[in-house]
Amino acid sequence: MTENLDTPSGNGAPGTKTVLGIDHLEVTFATDSGDVHAVKDVSLELKAGEVLAIVGESGSGKTVTAKTILGLLPETATSSGAVLINGTNIISLSPARLRQIRGRDVAMVFQEPSTALNPVFTVGWQIAEGIRAHSGQGGGKRVSAKEAKERAIDALRKVGIPDPEHRVNYYPHQFSGGQKQRVVIAAALALNPGLIVADEPTTALDVTVQAEILELLRDLRGQYGTSIVLITHNMGVVADLADRVVVMYRGDIVEEAPARKLFAEPRQEYTRQLLAAVPHLGRNSASEGLTERRHQGGEVLVEAKDLTIEYPGRLGTPAFKAVDGVSFTLSRGEVFGLVGESGSGKTTIGRAIAGLNRTTGGSLKVLGYEMLDLRERTFKPLRKDIGFVFQDPAASFNPQLTIGECIAEPMVIHTRPSEAQARKRVGELLESVQLPASYAGRYPHELSGGQRQRASLARALSLNPRLLIADEPTSALDVSVQAKVLELFRDIQEEFGFGCLFISHDLAVVDILSTWVGVLYKGKLVEQGIGSQVMGSPQHDYTRRLIASLPVPDPDEQARRREESRALLGL
Amino acid sequence: MSTTEAPVPVANPRSSFFLRLPVVSHVRQSVGLQRGMLIMGLVLTAVFLLTALLAPFIAPFGFAQLSDGDGNFPAQQPPGGKHPLGTTVGGYDVLSRVMWGTQTALLVIIIAVVLSIFAGVILGLVSGYIGGWLDRILVVVADAIYAFPSLLLAIVMAIVISGGQSSLFGGVMAAAISITVVFIPQYFRVIRAETIRLKAEPFVESAKVVGASNLRIITRHIYRNATRTLPLIFTLNASEAILTLAALGFLGFGIEPSSASEWGFDLSKALADTTSGIWWTGVFPGLAIVWVVLGLTLVGESINDLNDPRLRGRKRANRKAPAASPAANAAPGPDTESSNP
Repeated sequence: MTENLDTPSGNGAPGTKTVLGIDHLEVTFATDSGDVHAVKDVSLELKAGEVLAIVGESGSGKTVTAKTILGLLPETATSSGAVLINGTNIISLSPARLRQIRGRDVAMVFQEPSTALNPVFTVGWQIAEGIRAHSGQGGGKRVSAKEAKERAIDALRKVGIPDPEHRVNYYPHQFSGGQKQRVVIAAALALNPGLIVADEPTTALDVTVQAEILELLRDLRGQYGTSIVLITHNMGVVADLADRVVVMYRGDIVEEAPARKLFAEPRQEYTRQLLAAVPHLGRNSASEGLTERRHQGGEVLVEAKDLTIEYPGRLGTPAFKAVDGVSFTLSRGEVFGLVGESGSGKTTIGRAIAGLNRTTGGSLKVLGYEMLDLRERTFKPLRKDIGFVFQDPAASFNPQLTIGECIAEPMVIHTRPSEAQARKRVGELLESVQLPASYAGRYPHELSGGQRQRASLARALSLNPRLLIADEPTSALDVSVQAKVLELFRDIQEEFGFGCLFISHDLAVVDILSTWVGVLYKGKLVEQGIGSQVMGSPQHDYTRRLIASLPVPDPDEQARRREESRALLGL
Repeated sequence: MSTTEAPVPVANPRSSFFLRLPVVSHVRQSVGLQRGMLIMGLVLTAVFLLTALLAPFIAPFGFAQLSDGDGNFPAQQPPGGKHPLGTTVGGYDVLSRVMWGTQTALLVIIIAVVLSIFAGVILGLVSGYIGGWLDRILVVVADAIYAFPSLLLAIVMAIVISGGQSSLFGGVMAAAISITVVFIPQYFRVIRAETIRLKAEPFVESAKVVGASNLRIITRHIYRNATRTLPLIFTLNASEAILTLAALGFLGFGIEPSSASEWGFDLSKALADTTSGIWWTGVFPGLAIVWVVLGLTLVGESINDLNDPRLRGRKRANRKAPAASPAANAAPGPDTESSNP
């Protein structure tokens, strides 16, 4: 298996050999609530050197399909049909034979690199483990520990880890997130499998790191002719990498087409809706055509001056500065978009404004209250003017209370209405977020993710707050749901006129909602300005990099942007 | 990963109250061997409870009865005739003592659990939620008590409470209080750990953001979510309570045969009989202890397994199931509804 793949086979031009064939695959799970047909009838084919993207929203069966390719389904699953890898049917294989095929013929790249690597072994050991596990099989010679390590070093070099001879002895925690994902890919490549299944390989990574990993995957295909099955929900990633796209919905294939064709002229209604829902940077901007900051005459709700927030370090280590000298203002009626990657301090700022984190330096005035000397007793009266929408709608409701009780909670605490008044107000609120009033009697888990986030918005609005903080309110939602929630959010903001701090890592989402955008990088506010101007002609280096790294859902435009970002990043 | 996560088993709060009760919902969820174990445990426990409740009616004699109209009971009579399980060296009827013993056991379980559950839960909630130095002190105290041998504590309690007199009250309280002291840290730890986990949940933070007071957050938002594991600890602790009571009685700190029937005491008195081939005085109280402990442990362990979606067994998916069944959020299928214990 090794020789033919070590030599570059064509420059990424899909060959004629079929690497993977899936034929009428059906997967059923036994769950507490009866059988769930996760995959109903899926047939697809993958040629050598091709990148096939399987896209779909959560529950579409894309991950289950991917796991079936490696025979990784849990015991509760029953599958029928055929999954052929180089002519061998995976489904009917014995565990021992399956083990031989995994790693050698097909390998997997997981979503979260930090959990895919074992923290107590060096990365070299982990890569070599796969090599040694397969040595001596099928009459091949055994691989010595030394040789395995050399091959691990080779694999690390292939994925662009600098100084692999030295770093092969590092432990996973000594690598950054993006490097860890490179190591995972190196482990997948160690035996030169013809096929890699990548399950959301960039979802847990920041945009700038995502761009690097996508670049790496593209190189692999180009240099080694590896076929890739890419599972993702991110249409930008699809546009960037895929040759062919399969759209799945509720366990079925809705549409299959070459990437360019799919984005240009989707045939199915579902695909069209899906593509229309994907936020596209530079389209539908809230600040289109603005030349100066709006709402400046209004009351200033939040004023930060050299705001510093530190988290105490462990014994002997200095405190960690999560927010470092940030200054901004937020006025009534304005939507302030705060953008940044993970660890940039954006959530910390939002939580500090809501009084969930303490500030340690500078000044943060919320509705005129200085948060530096926050006392719960004196701040409590102001809380009714602050609404907060959390990231995960599933976790932000008490599972033991009905939606109605949850929405009424702020009123019960501050205004103590009678039961009839509360019920009436809850009904109004639910209506204003486009949910039927009857949902008040339901429990949180009986609602879908999007419905829960609407209810969460209703709760935040229940006391007509002057200030709303939305911390990644749509990042746990599917794109089509996200589009609807964003639209609702925009309407409600216009209707109620509250000032809003909208925190997100997604530039395109922020651009849809906010007129004024601030970019955070490592705790510092590196740039702020009118949304369309920040996105269109970024001034700061980091902002430029961030925007260049963001893949757009359009293969042609993305190819052009990729060239630009290469030039920018000096690749 | 997103699509294959095991669905979190949320008991549907809308289904009828009876079906949501801890044990009932567990029976409905279980299949195969797990269901067999759970039901066996429930049957053993039910027999124990019924015997305790009905002891005055079904026991042939009183626990301290030494004679009836026909005169004194013979000593050490083998099973058979008027005394189906024989009599002891002192002339007590073994069957009656075993039956009356269930009452003592049940009393100890109830007192021990009632005394410890309130203190444990309140301390756990407060300590976990408030944290800081209060939490640290309580954890250290709990750990210290945990390290203390419970039997030694029970002996001290027995002496303090009854001054060596072994009345029913003194014996039961001694056992119950010593168990309480050991159980409070258990409830405390479980509830504290849950509280600390829940404290970081967004729904608690959202309550903080709207300005809910600490008391309101603890009682309304944390309490109900933190106490889900209590039925499990309860059943496991109950069996431990019985073992401690029996051990106390066996060591002679139990209850005099004239004040109540207690299996540990009977076992200890039967010790001398075994060498002379008199087996019935020891075997039946011993079996009673095994019966109750086995029953309670089976229930507890089954609930433990069923609460964990990874350990819970499920019926295999039908290979040829009707394709009409809707996807992930489907209503319960017909096959899980048919629960016939």
